Amino acid sequence: MSTAALWGAVVVSGVYHGVNPGMGWPLAVSAALMEQRGAALARALALLAAGHFLAMGAILLPFSLMSTLVEWERALRLGAGLLVIAMGVYLLLNRRHPRILARIPPGRLVLWSFLAAMAHGAGLMLVPIYLGICGDPDAAHRAAGALMAGTLGAAVTVAAVHTAAMTLSGGALAVGMYLWLGMQFLRRSWFNLDVVWALSLILVGAIGAASAVWQGGA
Amino acid sequence: MNLRPDPTFHPTAKMAMQAPVETLAFTLLLSPDGSQPDGLAVIDVDPASKRYGKIVHSLFMPNRGDEFHHFGWNACSSALSPLTGHAFLERRYLIIPGIRSSRIYVIDVKEPLKAKIHRIIEPEELFAKTGYSRPHTIHCGPEGIYVSTLGGGGADGTDGPPGIFIMDCETFDILGRYEMDRGIQDKHYDFWWNLPRDYMVSSEWGLPPQFENGVVPEDLLSNKYGHTIHFWDLRARKCVQSIDLGANHQMALEIRPAHDPAKQYGFCGVVVDTTNLQGAIFTWWRKEDGSFEAKKVITIDPVPAEADDLPDLLKGFGAVPPLVTDIDLSLDDRFLYVACWGLGEMHQYDVSDPMNPKLAGKVEIGGIVRKAKHPNGKDFGYGPQMVEVSRDGKRVYWTNSLYSTWDDQFYPGDRGAAMVCAEVGPNGGLTLNDFWVDFPKGYRAHQIRLEGGDCSTDSFCYPNV
Repeated sequence: MSTAALWGAVVVSGVYHGVNPGMGWPLAVSAALMEQRGAALARALALLAAGHFLAMGAILLPFSLMSTLVEWERALRLGAGLLVIAMGVYLLLNRRHPRILARIPPGRLVLWSFLAAMAHGAGLMLVPIYLGICGDPDAAHRAAGALMAGTLGAAVTVAAVHTAAMTLSGGALAVGMYLWLGMQFLRRSWFNLDVVWALSLILVGAIGAASAVWQGGA
Repeated sequence: MNLRPDPTFHPTAKMAMQAPVETLAFTLLLSPDGSQPDGLAVIDVDPASKRYGKIVHSLFMPNRGDEFHHFGWNACSSALSPLTGHAFLERRYLIIPGIRSSRIYVIDVKEPLKAKIHRIIEPEELFAKTGYSRPHTIHCGPEGIYVSTLGGGGADGTDGPPGIFIMDCETFDILGRYEMDRGIQDKHYDFWWNLPRDYMVSSEWGLPPQFENGVVPEDLLSNKYGHTIHFWDLRARKCVQSIDLGANHQMALEIRPAHDPAKQYGFCGVVVDTTNLQGAIFTWWRKEDGSFEAKKVITIDPVPAEADDLPDLLKGFGAVPPLVTDIDLSLDDRFLYVACWGLGEMHQYDVSDPMNPKLAGKVEIGGIVRKAKHPNGKDFGYGPQMVEVSRDGKRVYWTNSLYSTWDDQFYPGDRGAAMVCAEVGPNGGLTLNDFWVDFPKGYRAHQIRLEGGDCSTDSFCYPNV
């Protein structure tokens, strides 16, 4: 997969997480309505973004350290792909919502966003994409400027780009609903993404694992 | 699990008011002497239907002596909370506790005319998992289904304080006690909350020996029933403040917060003031600093009566106390309905200004002394008791039984079950219409739930805009 396509995947996954109500955009609307001022919406979005960014970082950083072991690269990508598939299968079989989220007070949005992302494997979804960006030999030559900062820098960049896309898309929905669409939109736009989400993890994991196998054979 | 949110879940109270009106009501039937099994009646409340006012289906339980009282849904508008993401639950099951047996029935009403038992949780399981007994109020919230109880452990329910326990909202397994720090709370009755503001309010009736065999006059006159309301940090499960309404304000029962979560106040009904036999409504509110306050805003006077017209319990007082046994708030937070079970009156207060309620309407029906008939000429036994308001606020339904043994003390003899409906004028006012239900013999009628949710089931997570 080309570097551009992988970065595209980082953005697309961000948009995907952003529009999912489970990642928190309705909380931003709720904050604005409760406080009766638009600034509360921006503040809530920023807190949600911070939590999401931390969750992405918490997952990507260990992989970035491991990916410096170049000779293990293929095994790492294969293992990461299988791990992501396993998370997807787990979420597919266990359709229960994590009760821990119900104990978090409404004011603790960073913590809520962090745990929501962790519980749903949002960070794991990025791992195969991230390892693709780090490990693609063509990318290392061609996009040297952006990627030579090392795997650590790449992890931070991937998390930041992903979170920015997530915040912009979720934020657009939140602002649209707050200013124009009204609460009716909440009911219309809220789809049960549980199965789709789990399948997305399996798909991303499978692509990651397959590309490791394929690259190894080439 | 649905793919879209259940259409009966509403983000705001205002949107719930605009939803299609109810066509069915669910009313609990109880056999006061336990000679027959308790049941659930499904009643046609669609005026356009040929079976208007008829019981179109009834389901009786396999046990006797449960004493049905209050009940609630497995899921409500609280499922749209942006924090907890249970948006795809179905409003499908009624959770019906037996207040005397401590048995809990989960009834599947997906097809209301084929309502059937989905699961029975035996009392032993409740005792073992929570140490509580006598389950009562049901609300669905962040961690699942919350159920208040009136008794602790032991045969008479006084081994440890009563409290709230949580049930899983999908499997209905009992998960355990709610409280982590209950403070001074040692009695229980009702509870409700403001979900986005993360606080809960609970109230007190009395311990099981104080109500199971009837009201205990000595306890009442020495102010030993509950008179304190408790405020909780909902998600921390911690009691943060307790307000004593004054020991003379005996039996602080129903808690009715404003439905719009932007408003931080609510009401609590007090059955009787032992200094003057008045009934009372308190308004409680949350202050800027997060602490709470409560103030008496409505008093209802007793009515003098001849001793000969009074039951033994009241002969010495020469008056009928109003006995405020249930209250309910319309979804627009405008009208508070107050059942005066002793007088035989249903009051409607305009509470647009919650600190200055104004009487806006009144219906006289039943009553210890008055015994007012329904406009259709039929006797209405007992007095107006469990009250439920339609989502659009235009119809108010009520039944007439309080609690088996208390019914018999205040209204000796069997007076029959009744359920009536009153219509609300555009600017208030309350008039009985011709809705009338004939219940099976030997039964009494208790709480009413309306199809698709009503004014005492749903918690809303977003403010009206």
